Amino acid sequence: MLGRLTLSAIPFDQPIIMGAFGFMGLVAISVMGVLTYSRKWKWLWTEWLTSVDHKKIGVMYIMLAIVMLLRGFSDAIMMRTQLALASGDAPGFLPPEHYDQIFTAHGVIMIFFMAMPFMIGLTNIVVPLQIGARDVAFPFLNSLSFWLTVAGFGLVNLSLGIGEFARTGWLAYPPLSELQYSPGVGVDYYIWSLQISGVGTTLAGVNFIATILRNRAPGMTLMRMPIFTWAALCTNIMIVAAFPVLTVTLALLTLDRYLGMHFFTNDLGGNPMMYVNLIWSWGHPEVYILVLPAFGIFSEIIATFSSKRLFGYAPMVFATMAIAVMGFVTWLHHFFTMGAGANVNAFFGITTMIISIPTGVKVFNWLFTMYRGRVRFPSPVLWTIGFMVTFVIGGMTGVLMAVPPADFILHNSLFLIAHFHNVIIGGVLFGYLAGLTYWFPKAFGFTLNETLGKCSFWCWLVGFYLAFMPLYILGLMGMTRRLNHYDNPDWHPFLVVAAIGAAVILCGILFFVAQIVVSIVQREKARDLTGDPWGGRTLEWSVSSPPPFYNFATIPVVHGRDAFWEMKMKGLKQPIMALKRIHMPRNTGTGPIVGAFSLMMGFALVWHIWWMALLGLLGIVFSTIVHSFNENRAYDVPAEDIARIERFASPLLAH
Amino acid sequence: MSTDLLTIESTVAYRAPTSRPVKAEEVEHDEAGSTTTLGFWIYLMSDCLLFAALFATYSVLAQETAGGPTGRALFSLPYVLTETICLLLSSFTYGMAMLALNNGQRNGVLGWLAVTFLLGLCFIGMEISEFHRMVVEGAGPDRSAFLSSFFTLVGTHGLHVSSGLIWMAVMMVQVAMRGLSVTNSTRLMCLSLFWHFLDIIWIGVFTVVYLMGAT
Repeated sequence: MLGRLTLSAIPFDQPIIMGAFGFMGLVAISVMGVLTYSRKWKWLWTEWLTSVDHKKIGVMYIMLAIVMLLRGFSDAIMMRTQLALASGDAPGFLPPEHYDQIFTAHGVIMIFFMAMPFMIGLTNIVVPLQIGARDVAFPFLNSLSFWLTVAGFGLVNLSLGIGEFARTGWLAYPPLSELQYSPGVGVDYYIWSLQISGVGTTLAGVNFIATILRNRAPGMTLMRMPIFTWAALCTNIMIVAAFPVLTVTLALLTLDRYLGMHFFTNDLGGNPMMYVNLIWSWGHPEVYILVLPAFGIFSEIIATFSSKRLFGYAPMVFATMAIAVMGFVTWLHHFFTMGAGANVNAFFGITTMIISIPTGVKVFNWLFTMYRGRVRFPSPVLWTIGFMVTFVIGGMTGVLMAVPPADFILHNSLFLIAHFHNVIIGGVLFGYLAGLTYWFPKAFGFTLNETLGKCSFWCWLVGFYLAFMPLYILGLMGMTRRLNHYDNPDWHPFLVVAAIGAAVILCGILFFVAQIVVSIVQREKARDLTGDPWGGRTLEWSVSSPPPFYNFATIPVVHGRDAFWEMKMKGLKQPIMALKRIHMPRNTGTGPIVGAFSLMMGFALVWHIWWMALLGLLGIVFSTIVHSFNENRAYDVPAEDIARIERFASPLLAH
Repeated sequence: MSTDLLTIESTVAYRAPTSRPVKAEEVEHDEAGSTTTLGFWIYLMSDCLLFAALFATYSVLAQETAGGPTGRALFSLPYVLTETICLLLSSFTYGMAMLALNNGQRNGVLGWLAVTFLLGLCFIGMEISEFHRMVVEGAGPDRSAFLSSFFTLVGTHGLHVSSGLIWMAVMMVQVAMRGLSVTNSTRLMCLSLFWHFLDIIWIGVFTVVYLMGAT
């Protein structure tokens, strides 16, 4: 009846896990309590959960990302504490089987459930506004993508208290991840959470390509698009090209585990090395999927706060495109040591070195944008400058490891860990946090507290260097990754410094949370009534903050790059009288319903509860079919209503 | 956290009118339809890459029979040729359905869709029977890496055809209910792309798996 699921699946004997799970449950129950007490369920359902508005979906994506940032970081600080303690005879506080789950969960959460939703959330909020569109090309599909991501998120969090998570590392290499060596449900949680949210990501990619290609305002040619939109286009093309490979790879591992097939097993012709090739031919593009939007964010911020147009727009576009293409031909550098041979290694070593050239072009473009600009230094600019310094260091250690002979020494050492955290924290995370600060007033109508934002930035920056520079040294000293105990006393001081660094980053996160809370409490003082708090250059700043649900009363006509800057210079006003009715998509519950059925199916498959899995699948199919019969999907906003809304918002706009 | 904060349009409270639904027909003009078709094309490209990964996997593992049966011993080319003819013919009949759509003949569309559906069903039936025979003979997907990749590649195509059949059945109901509306025409166009795409994939399967495997 319940497959493999019994009461013993809940690890009552593990105080840390039960504490964390209990805390999560407590938070969930108190949120539900507040919603019930204030009678907000209906409001939540009609205004948020069923919404197809790209701005709301974007906000929900980012909320998901921040929750997962907190969870992924608690994994990180536990690992750092363990390694600061577990030297010589001291065992530390985490047993190996728990430690293995923690480093796996940390990687999976940070990449798939923190960075990806954060990136898609920012894209959702910003891209339609930047291209002068009223929504994405397929609003319902957007909601569906989000809810599939939520289903994956649900599975990862259920794995904390019901059963276990994978102990295989974040890419679950076979044969370790095969049934023979990982008989528990951990790998199955891994597979289904990534599979379900991965489908959501692929659909989001399709949606954004179509949106950017088809929904641009008149006059906005491709070479007039804001750089963030360009980055989003390249990223989503990469998503559509790379994620199907992840889907296949995970599906093949699933077939091995569930139907006894032999893709990656040691016996009967299976080939584990094929898994490594397949997963990295998704995994390397994924790195660029994460960082290209961050590059786009920095480009927008640096141009805005230098009060200057971006230096080298066309090279920036070509560099982005070059990275998007080259990102598909470097994957083998993740396993030079596998033994593909000198020629193959040389090829991938060279492509890896080449890909650093367009990245270098970008760095120079940002520097020259600042040169002779009137640079202001609010926190988004601090993040950007912190990024430029940090990312260049991380990039250089990357080029170092692109040399196969050097990689043979550094492979799987803490040097590698230091390198990819250097580029992911210094590039991706700094970028998204900068983007969050920059576009927050657009989404919510008030700016974030600057003092706390700056405190957060400095803690993150200093904490990062304290936590990861020692890891470079430890890597060169020969310490490998994924150790939970060591007996070399020389390593201990460095690991203590790294743990202190993690504590400083914790302060950065606390300042960030405080910044959000304080800004919400004091929002009346920081209202953005102009719609343009930073002196922006692109179209999202031409509408009120927050924008009306239809974004633009009249679709703007674009005459060049930096369309809004041009309007301001020419003193053009948005015509608000000649308004026509606006056609808008209606909210639909199909997204959350399909998400719920997917969660049910995923959970049932993890625990081999076949009837429930079938029920989930049928639920998905039937709710989709029922949705296809619904023709009442859109409505018209009458011109008078638009005029009323605009009269309320527009007199306050700066232009 | 107060309500107005979480309501993005905090400046404006606006509720969608429930009384005046707009029929999709009125507004889903050519532009919306062609955006849908473009989106569907992009989806098909991602599907194409999915099959590319499966073909690559098959090519790597095709010789790994682990002492078990080879393609030469298992495949019957005349049988697979019949299967192939069913599927190719169904592509042709779907083309006829699209011609009927362009001429505005609802019954023509329904008739040709029904023929296409039956041909697709024949294809799937033959595939299932082939799989069944192989499993009974002890050549199931757990026998060797070659057979794992064979069943997965061919089976994934079969799953796609089956979803196409479900979609086609739903489309027939919708065309019968609502005629050749703009929405239905766009959907028929997307299904057409999907169906022909599966045909092309099958030609790859027929060549790489069966023709190259049987010789």
